[in-house]
Amino acid sequence: MTAPLLEVSGLRVRLPSRTGAMLPAVDGVDLTVHAGEVLGVAGESGSGKTMTALATLGLLPHGARTDGSIRLAGRELLTLSDKQLRSVRGREVAMVAQDPRTALHPMLSIERQLTEHLRHHHGVGRKAARDEAADLLDQVRIPDPRAALARYPHEFSGGMRQRIAIASALAARPSLLIADEPTTALDVTVQAGILRLLDRLRRERGLAVLIITHDLGVLSSIADRLVVMYAGRVVESGTTADVLASARHPYTHGLLDALPEGGSAAMRPIPGSPPALGAVPSGCPFHPRCASARDTCAADVPALLQIAPGRLSACPVDPYAPVREVVS
Amino acid sequence: MSFLLTQAVPGDPVTANLGQRASEDPDAVAAFRAANGLDKSLPEQYLTYVGNLLTGDFGTSQQTRNPVASDLAEKVPATMELALAAILVAVVLGVGFGIVAALYRDRWPDQVLRVLSLSGVSVPTFWLALIAYYWISFKLDLLPAGGRLSPGAPTPPQVTGFYTVDSLLAGDWATFGDAVSRLVLPALVLASFTVGVLLRFTRAAVLEVLGDEYVRAARAKGLPELTVVRRHVLRPALLSVVTVTGVAFAGLLSGTVLVEQIFGWRGLGAYAYTSALALDLPAIMGVSVVVAVIYILINLVVDLLYGVIDPRLRLS
Repeated sequence: MTAPLLEVSGLRVRLPSRTGAMLPAVDGVDLTVHAGEVLGVAGESGSGKTMTALATLGLLPHGARTDGSIRLAGRELLTLSDKQLRSVRGREVAMVAQDPRTALHPMLSIERQLTEHLRHHHGVGRKAARDEAADLLDQVRIPDPRAALARYPHEFSGGMRQRIAIASALAARPSLLIADEPTTALDVTVQAGILRLLDRLRRERGLAVLIITHDLGVLSSIADRLVVMYAGRVVESGTTADVLASARHPYTHGLLDALPEGGSAAMRPIPGSPPALGAVPSGCPFHPRCASARDTCAADVPALLQIAPGRLSACPVDPYAPVREVVS
Repeated sequence: MSFLLTQAVPGDPVTANLGQRASEDPDAVAAFRAANGLDKSLPEQYLTYVGNLLTGDFGTSQQTRNPVASDLAEKVPATMELALAAILVAVVLGVGFGIVAALYRDRWPDQVLRVLSLSGVSVPTFWLALIAYYWISFKLDLLPAGGRLSPGAPTPPQVTGFYTVDSLLAGDWATFGDAVSRLVLPALVLASFTVGVLLRFTRAAVLEVLGDEYVRAARAKGLPELTVVRRHVLRPALLSVVTVTGVAFAGLLSGTVLVEQIFGWRGLGAYAYTSALALDLPAIMGVSVVVAVIYILINLVVDLLYGVIDPRLRLS
């Protein structure tokens, strides 16, 4: 296998609290994304998935501390200067934010928003940049791209704005696209369109995509591999098919049961809520909400262990172990 | 409205304008009333006034004995020159400092500017005017003050009525320098309150925009910080700043009454002050009408600026 495009290892992110104490938001996360691959990162809000993405871009909130390593095509990102980071942002790693209503600037024309970073990073002239932007809009299926360039975000629908935001993220020709909840604010039919678009782009451009969402349903249709995060840690990972067919960690099960289209027991939410920053329970952080928890779960943080080739789980209790076909 | 208010003032224009002996002479009083139309009924006076106003006749000042229209034509440019200079100073300093304060939030530049802003809004303008006049012009002799030009200096040929602009148009550099040096101090004093207000508003507006999603998106594009601030942050922040500037300009005009008095600036503010003391009804009315027109113009400019800044507010 070729070297991964993005390789995050032992990433720890600590955020300053109001009192000045440093609270762990991401606590030892490893993940890799290869070129042309879609990696899904799942978890409830507060699981550290967005902080992991922001760390990759060097856009963490003021005062945040990071440890560990984030390598992009072999280059360590965490030790880069601000200036070097700016040449990575947009040009190598791009981000599509959650809400298309707020992610585009309301007072700047589409052309400006699609070309400013292309011109900045690649020194492309105004006319060439406009041509490239029109081409991108065409690729994301915006009708009449030339006219669209002169318009403003409020003149487009939510789904179209998200397409434009994706086009804008791709404008400076990045190799990795981070999409933070790219479809959460959109209705279901529009969602499917956006996911098809991302899938096509990764096939056509060899784009690596990191999709962050709380919705495993979204990931099932597009992600090659899944990483499930809880309280700043990876609790389970593997290929999407394996994880969905035979989830091993109780938390992953919880997420699956919470899906509206879940087969037998539809929409059973996980009891309780994820721990607040700085109030992570001892031992397995999920044990207070876990139906399979035993006394030992509160003692030690369970290690993330390989349970099958390419399959990791951090649950020593493993109530779902009998699933044989995965272990083969 | 102003018309009714001037009538309601407890005082009689007759006693205010005629001397002690004349006001005791019924014939003189009657003659004064007849000459100024004060012997007619109130609605009649009002209709006459509005009718005259429509033909551009503001009446005759009982004090200067000039047509109010010509008095105003002379005073308005003086005040507008002062007020525009002050609002220019206020916007440059207030918005500039406000941006700096927001970008250096809670660090020393922000703290220093917070003190500046607080003193700007708390120090009374008339007090500041006196102190500035006394120290800067009189004691330290840094800037000349009192009047719009040095005593006896010829006024530049009138084009706009702004001495600075007119002297430039005439190519008269000496007069230009004189006019500017005499404009600086009253403009700064007049601007002080507005600087404080604009500084606060700009800081708050910039901080609000800095937290917006699209600013993070702009940063994620890898644009230089200066570009992010200039292009993505300032524009939405300016929207609320423009509103405040419009309101502040109106407030600034009322400040001219005091500042013009202290700096011997022969403008609308000083004219309003003396007319009010003399109960010079046509003059007071003239000033009111002019100020109302200026307010309307400011609002128009503010509305037009909204459209320039925000494409969502443009008429299709």
